[in-house]
Amino acid sequence: MRKILEVRNLSKIYGKGCPRCIESTGPEADTNMCPHCGSVVAIHDVSFDLHEGEILGLMGESGSGKSTVVKNLYFDQTPSSGSARFFEEDATHEMFNLNAAQQRRLRNQRFGMVYQNPHLGLNFGISSGGNIAERLLMSDVSHYGEIRERAKELLSRTEVLLSRMDESPAAFSGGMQQRVQIAKALATNPPLLYLDEVTTGLDLSVQARILDLILEIQQERNTAMIVVTHDLGVIRLLTGRALVMKYGRVIESGLTDQILEDPQHAYTQRLVASAL
Amino acid sequence: MQTPILKINGFAKHFTLHEQGKKIPSSHNVNLEVYAGELTALIGPTGAGKSSVLKGIYRTYLPSAGEILYRDRHGELVDLAQADEYRMLQLRHEEIGFVTQFLFCLPRQSTLDVVAHPLVVRGESRESARSKAAEMLAALNLPERLWSISPATFSGGEKQRVNLARGLVAKPRLLLLDEPTASLDPVTAERVIGIIEGIKQEGVAMLAIFHHPELTHRLGDRVVELTPPSTLIQTQAINKQEKAVA
Repeated sequence: MRKILEVRNLSKIYGKGCPRCIESTGPEADTNMCPHCGSVVAIHDVSFDLHEGEILGLMGESGSGKSTVVKNLYFDQTPSSGSARFFEEDATHEMFNLNAAQQRRLRNQRFGMVYQNPHLGLNFGISSGGNIAERLLMSDVSHYGEIRERAKELLSRTEVLLSRMDESPAAFSGGMQQRVQIAKALATNPPLLYLDEVTTGLDLSVQARILDLILEIQQERNTAMIVVTHDLGVIRLLTGRALVMKYGRVIESGLTDQILEDPQHAYTQRLVASAL
Repeated sequence: MQTPILKINGFAKHFTLHEQGKKIPSSHNVNLEVYAGELTALIGPTGAGKSSVLKGIYRTYLPSAGEILYRDRHGELVDLAQADEYRMLQLRHEEIGFVTQFLFCLPRQSTLDVVAHPLVVRGESRESARSKAAEMLAALNLPERLWSISPATFSGGEKQRVNLARGLVAKPRLLLLDEPTASLDPVTAERVIGIIEGIKQEGVAMLAIFHHPELTHRLGDRVVELTPPSTLIQTQAINKQEKAVA
């Protein structure tokens, strides 16, 4: 399997930072806020690889920094330091050295993002079909009929009723909104998808169908995914490898079945023991 | 002389439970060899760490000590105790199968798809994988009316047959079996024994835990006996009593 993403020493600090930020935060310090300057070390020294078609889990509680990782990789935020390389068949991109236009191209055409909050991923001022059209237009598809066809195809793949594609996502249930987001993320058939707590807050039966859809997509298209979740069930169901984060640091990583059956770190042991 | 597919030297596994400040020994000083076309039987009382050896080989557990030397199909020697995660995943997909004591599979999937899955992962078409899965389920005597539904509601014996079918269908080079006949009726158990003998003829190397001495005797070419570790070692970390005193 080909490597498609290589993240090295990724760090993100909110605030001005000081020389003692790193030593004063993290799991041992039991905080991510530097007591000396008040800066928040959201993530520090995060490194991992991702291969084609692989689903990697980022797990940890709220504030552990797991969402910050994908936000930086989707260019929603700019990291304080570290590197990420994205490999295409014929090119390698040093992601944080690209100019704004190059980053936009990767974001619009090669990556897809599904947020926990549909308001972040969808434009509620236009129709569901329009949301998908928007993304296709940004990636150089401009024929109206073609866009309409492609939008229909994607919405029916994610099981959104086509009779409602001209309605705003605001009129949809939470589960339906996530399906529209997934359709939008898939519009350009990206090799890499970021899923940030996509099933959190949904009914169990709706969660199950969304998770099944994600697995089907991964099998059909061989899409690599980074799944951010605090839900061990989602980790067990979707991922092959996982990283456990706490206060911005990766405290443990491994094959998912090993993390769940033989967790090494005290925090992971507590997390696994508290699963329902 | 034949070289082993798997050679384990000085394997040990213990669990460190941070919350309770305990170190629980499981397997200790395990040495064994497994050869192509042979079955090595692991025996010993409950708690001797038999399953931990299998899980340690498969990396469901991280080994605490020792070497797990596996010779892959290209003749390359890999220490499974040290191999990186991608290497482990590749070997799981292509060469090493594990029939665990309890079935774990994706929910809401038909039995046929559950069994076909290892073949699909290897790149076989869904149709051909499903037809091989059907053959294996039939050989294991699982009624055809169950094939299209999820194993979630199956009885223990039915689940075990699904688990076995999934492990056997991919014809791995090395197959780990954890009490494969434990909850089967005598007729089905006899079929499983027949299948194990068959794949042994085909050259599959097996490491198996049986709890019937008779099965060990019938199927085992080598027998390795494990003894339970000495009592648990108390470490100095956070201990409830100490906390109470403090």
